Amino acid sequence: MATLNEISERMEGLVNEITQLSEQTEALKAQLAHSGGVDPFIFGITVFVLACFVGYYVVWRVTPALHTPLMSVTNAISGIIIVGAMIALGPEQGSGFSRLLGFLAVFLASINIFGGFLVTQRMLEMYKKKEPKPQHSESGHE
Amino acid sequence: MNSFSAISYLASAVCFIFALRGLSSPQTARTGNLYGMAGMALAIATTFFQPMVDTYFWMLLAIAGGGAVGATIAKRIPMTSMPQLVAAFHSLVGLAAVFIAIAALWSPAQYGIGIPGHIHLSSLIEMSLGVVIGAITFTGSVVAFGKLQGTLKSAPLRFTGQHQLNLLLAGGTLVLLVIFCASEYKFIFLLMTLLALGLGVLLIIPIGGADMPVVISMLNSYSGWAAAGIGFTLGNPLLIITGALVGASGAILSYIMCKAMNRSIINVIFGGFGTQADTGSAATAAEERPVKSGAAEDAAYLLQNAASVIIVPGYGMAVAQAQHAVREMADMLEEAGVRVRYAIHPVAGRMPGHMNVLLAEANVPYDEVFELDEINNDFSTTDVAFVIGANDVTNPAAKNDPSSPIYGMPVLDVEAARTVVFVKRSMSSGYAGVENALFYNDNTMMVFGDAKAVCEAIVKALKA
Repeated sequence: MATLNEISERMEGLVNEITQLSEQTEALKAQLAHSGGVDPFIFGITVFVLACFVGYYVVWRVTPALHTPLMSVTNAISGIIIVGAMIALGPEQGSGFSRLLGFLAVFLASINIFGGFLVTQRMLEMYKKKEPKPQHSESGHE
Repeated sequence: MNSFSAISYLASAVCFIFALRGLSSPQTARTGNLYGMAGMALAIATTFFQPMVDTYFWMLLAIAGGGAVGATIAKRIPMTSMPQLVAAFHSLVGLAAVFIAIAALWSPAQYGIGIPGHIHLSSLIEMSLGVVIGAITFTGSVVAFGKLQGTLKSAPLRFTGQHQLNLLLAGGTLVLLVIFCASEYKFIFLLMTLLALGLGVLLIIPIGGADMPVVISMLNSYSGWAAAGIGFTLGNPLLIITGALVGASGAILSYIMCKAMNRSIINVIFGGFGTQADTGSAATAAEERPVKSGAAEDAAYLLQNAASVIIVPGYGMAVAQAQHAVREMADMLEEAGVRVRYAIHPVAGRMPGHMNVLLAEANVPYDEVFELDEINNDFSTTDVAFVIGANDVTNPAAKNDPSSPIYGMPVLDVEAARTVVFVKRSMSSGYAGVENALFYNDNTMMVFGDAKAVCEAIVKALKA
């Protein structure tokens, strides 16, 4: 009989410990959320607003003659969305549906990246300064 | 994300800023583009070696497959089709954003934003914004592509109750967004995506014609915001920064295009050219006035005897693929001692900077090409203004006719030149549907015909 009592006492002790532990985890979680001070969303907004300003000042300095290459290069770099697509496709044991979508998104973004950068390069090759004696023109695409 | 990958993401963001910075001059642009490529390679490599990424085969297959398709397109596309290509690329970004947002909803743990059924509220909001902007970008760009390619009619399509329908769809999307964020029902999310897809079509359908450069810049901007939205969902600063850069770029281009047409962005989105102009211009078009027209040989004679010539190219030159013939003509004139320059209006063509690229393709040195503000005062001291395939951007009605729909738009003062030579297919009005009084001026000579054929005929006459 004494053993039964002992067991129940021990169980009570264990329950106490568990409650304490869970309280501690809660406290830790709260600390993690607050001790950093800033919500990740606010951090994101900060980065976003500053980047908008950088973009504003950089893009105003682009010469109008290069506005088409500007569009194609921004097109290429918006292919950076591939980072999100790769994470969706990434894990071997992830859900099949998400991975399929990830695969398609990686494919689409790659078209953008390669196509965008290469077509920009092709265009920029054509911008030349005036030469003393103009070379024979390549009259392609006709 | 560990500190190392955070740093390399930062490095690629800096590379992207350099890529845009390089475009401030044609000399630095190529280096800038290389920076952009390096930044992208770094970002992809960093993601590739993340611990949660271990599907290497499929990953490489998708990148190689997409890369091959992209590279082939980039190599083959004629420069005249750049606007379509850019629109098509925007649609891909939009669609990819939609896919990623759906994938994030289905497996949130992968992105560290919670477990199914218990995704953080902020992530739900960001995800919804990402998918809505992505969906609008996708269908909007597909419609823009169709209009530019000629598969769809380019003229603005309007019907009664259009604004109400758009408002209804936008309101519906917003309501679904709120319901989704409160409930996290996947069904609601997909329904919201569908509504946004429809909204994208309806937003772009009523815009067309001369407003295409604005549309394409606007979609450029949207594709950036879509990337930024996905960046917020993933908590990835690189995507946020890049999205903001692209978004800002597109917004600035839209602003420049609108300003070049003296219109507000609201006006472009909600009211198209052509509709209100119909009654006014039809009346003036009815009266027949004498027009001086000449053959290519007459134009050649005028050009040959001029001391200076300013060539004003427009979309008609692109359609006729006449840029090489124009350049050949200019070369011959230069050899004969004529000073040749080019004047480009910001909205000439179907996208910002379109004419500059075409002239560059034809090997025209970029220091002979001038923007509206740089050259407009020089027309008065020029012998011949050679307008080829441009119309609305030279229309003096923008300066002196307050009833004209293009009144207030900055235009090239070609009429100040001693003689104006207009190469045009017919007497039809321009894209804005406005009559050009310049055709009837005493110092104007019309040369009717296809831009390329006329230039070739002039070259022939110059040789003789």
